[in-house]
Amino acid sequence: MSEIALPKVDRTVVSKKDLIVNNLKQFTDKKNVLSELDEIRPYETDALAAYKNLPLAVVLPENTQEVSEILKFCHRENIKVIPRGAGTGLSGGALPLNDAILLGLGKFNKILDIDFDNKCVVTQPGVTNLSITHAVKHKGYYYAPDPSSQLACSIGGNVAENSGGVHSLKYGTTTNNILGVEMVMMDGTICRIGGKTLDQEGYDLLGLICGSEGLLGVITEVTVKILKNPQTVKAALIGFPTIEDGGNCVTDIISNGITPAGMEIMDKALIDATEKFVHAGYPMDAEVLMIVELDGTKSEVEELFKQIKQIAEKNKSNSFKLSKNEKERLGFWSGRKAAFPACGAMAPDYYCMDGTIPRGKLSEILKEISRLSKKYNLGVANGFHAGDGNLHPLILFDGSNKEELRRTEEFGAEILKACVRMGGALSGEHGIGIEKRELMCEAFNDNDIQQQINIKMSLDEKNLLNPGKVYPILRKCAEEGRVHVHRGEEKFPDLPRF
Amino acid sequence: MFTEEKKNSQIFQDSNHLSPTSELEVSELIKEAYKKKFPIDIHGSNSKKFIGYNVQAAKSLDFSSLSGVIEYLPEELYIKVKPGTLIKDIENILEKNNQELSFEPTDFGYLKEGKSNKGTAGGCVSCNFAGSRRFKVGSVRDFILGFRGVNGKGDIIKSGGTVVKNVTGYDLSKLVSGSFGTLVALTEVTLKISAKKPSQNTIIIYEKDPKIISDLFNMVLSSSNEISGAVFVPDEPKSKKFTPNKSKAFKLNDLDQEGAFFAFRIEGDQNSIKERIKDISNEMNLKKYKTSNLDIYQSDLFWKSINSLQLFSETKNNLLRAVVPPSKSEKMMSFLNNKYRYFIDWSGALFWIEVPGDQNIKEVKNTIIQNNGYVTIIKKSEDFEFTEKLFTIDDTKLMISKKIKESFDPRGLFNPGKMYKDF
Repeated sequence: MSEIALPKVDRTVVSKKDLIVNNLKQFTDKKNVLSELDEIRPYETDALAAYKNLPLAVVLPENTQEVSEILKFCHRENIKVIPRGAGTGLSGGALPLNDAILLGLGKFNKILDIDFDNKCVVTQPGVTNLSITHAVKHKGYYYAPDPSSQLACSIGGNVAENSGGVHSLKYGTTTNNILGVEMVMMDGTICRIGGKTLDQEGYDLLGLICGSEGLLGVITEVTVKILKNPQTVKAALIGFPTIEDGGNCVTDIISNGITPAGMEIMDKALIDATEKFVHAGYPMDAEVLMIVELDGTKSEVEELFKQIKQIAEKNKSNSFKLSKNEKERLGFWSGRKAAFPACGAMAPDYYCMDGTIPRGKLSEILKEISRLSKKYNLGVANGFHAGDGNLHPLILFDGSNKEELRRTEEFGAEILKACVRMGGALSGEHGIGIEKRELMCEAFNDNDIQQQINIKMSLDEKNLLNPGKVYPILRKCAEEGRVHVHRGEEKFPDLPRF
Repeated sequence: MFTEEKKNSQIFQDSNHLSPTSELEVSELIKEAYKKKFPIDIHGSNSKKFIGYNVQAAKSLDFSSLSGVIEYLPEELYIKVKPGTLIKDIENILEKNNQELSFEPTDFGYLKEGKSNKGTAGGCVSCNFAGSRRFKVGSVRDFILGFRGVNGKGDIIKSGGTVVKNVTGYDLSKLVSGSFGTLVALTEVTLKISAKKPSQNTIIIYEKDPKIISDLFNMVLSSSNEISGAVFVPDEPKSKKFTPNKSKAFKLNDLDQEGAFFAFRIEGDQNSIKERIKDISNEMNLKKYKTSNLDIYQSDLFWKSINSLQLFSETKNNLLRAVVPPSKSEKMMSFLNNKYRYFIDWSGALFWIEVPGDQNIKEVKNTIIQNNGYVTIIKKSEDFEFTEKLFTIDDTKLMISKKIKESFDPRGLFNPGKMYKDF
């Protein structure tokens, strides 16, 4: 896991490090260019901490013009650039390269315009997801996507990874909640896409950029939609004796035309871990625990919970607890939200996976994960955004044991392959990054990947912006000698082909 | 050459109007076009063919025969169809399970033929025109989970899938939405579907003052009552250039056709509708106004009329579609009132404007752009002289769009000139 094939290091660039660093100091304040080992060390990894690599230098520009000048320079000099937001990404999308400049957007940390008339906020990309909600909550508004890292993750990173969260079942992911961006292309061109209007005429460039994992442009400003808080929000904890019963209940709720604001599922291992950790009051006799949250008018929420209770009973639920007040509702969520640290307390390391399956395959995938857990002899705890089929198995392992690391990686890959086999996707919200790069061939064939690469090459013809991410280096298609060659030019000629 | 390939090559040579019935056939025909550098006019049932520039192409590829439902899983909330499947047929199938396409595809049939024609799934995706729920639920592009199609070289490609959360490579489903068939010849689209709300009511407020209307739109957007549609229909201008149509388009028992009106829709079960209307009555201080309430049947007809542009049924004039930030609606109304026939949708953000004569288009366009909006000339009058561009785009986005177009269709064969003169 700690070793991964990366694009070939350009020794010429590395040998010119001092010259490059001096040049960068022309475009921004000298203090914003970091090149000493102790200064750049904190940037060697993102939240996928098993992978580490030092950049050539780190530059922290302060405005769009500076970003443009830096990119123009790097483009001219053939220097790779890795954009980075808050570094909370879980797929290694911001992993540096030894011959690349790491472009940190941490100084883009201001909210520029709170526009209640148009129900939007214009913000710099380094602002955290949660601070947008904090900036508008005094008037009863909020920003809907709520990834679990919302306290720390930046909105620019959310755009890059199309982040979701527990409420995306009803309110969508980042792509459904942004109106516009300003971005800088690799050649330094500054481009504004969208603004305060709904939809864009012409090609949906906003849709293309969102979830593009920093490969197409550097986001320097984001306009997000804000929503009014719902009148009533309530949650219920529902316990089930078996995985099948919990899974069927999820499908039945959706089939009955109910769209909860959030619908989560936790397995026995995660219930035990989180209950020990935060004492959320979860039913300890349940094999599967569901948290359902509804919002709307008081009568609507009450009526729908009546229906959900009936559906749950039909699916043999063995407990049903409805939140009586806001404190209790937040208590219900406290366990789910503490899933990561709770797993951290159970084993020296955990590896958080992210895949998607059709809702109806929930019990099937849980059974498969359980089978794989035995096969690899590794513990696993499962938390699901069940409403939209997004699963986050947490594999428990000891990182100091190399052999266990290898097994963990294989276990994770097998889970994701199973997701694809069941009609799902390799990633629901964490992105591909470097972590799942080699698995792309499981979901896509050579034509599909080549079309994506063609888009990348059309906007970054030298492949300098965040290279080595998303698309397989050890591409199966490449191994089989089916690499598409366009007009005699091989794409990504600098990438090793095995 | 394989027999199949040979056959398709012959078909391609012999006919200018091609109607493939399988994805493989589409791929083979496009490969032939690529080899021979023949531009292709890609279209479905032609219900929206009048939008954009006329395509000059040697061959026409008609997707209306590539139709049918591939997979419909009500419990997974998606339907996978071939591109020529009629929207009308999809809606009928969904209706049986109390489901719907909640983005309300715009029906352009009345505009040209005076009757409904929502066209095909492929056309709907390619044009990305969503109806009144847009400000609440999203546009067509937000409901495309995945697609299969053929690029300009004849390669079969796919993106997305059937699940809602999917971050695996670029989201090409968004990119093909609204691309007017210039990037990919779609062979399969997967649409996200939604449960249909059990009931609906529409409240009509008889008011025309631009400031008040703008405030009402703002209240709709600020409300937590999940209002799923808000429109303003002003008085029709007295000019002879407009054939009066308002009373016909909104002929409903409980709607007073005289004068301007504001309308908003509440959906849900009866109790929650009642509860919401009560709450909104306070929020908007409804007792100040003359109002009426459309029941479920009338409400349904009302929004069908809005989303099929019946106000402009068979008009001979130009029709413009403008999207502005909702806070600009007051300025827009003050400019348009008594001069142009128009109505406002998306709670103040979408304007449909009927403009007689080319000479007036410029001033309307300028006003929209001054108000930070964008505009599309949807329907052209017979004497339209093409002095104004049909789509608005700035130079940087044009440059990016051109590069993206080349990455899908390197020889520029798909619907050349449909959106922009350059490609």
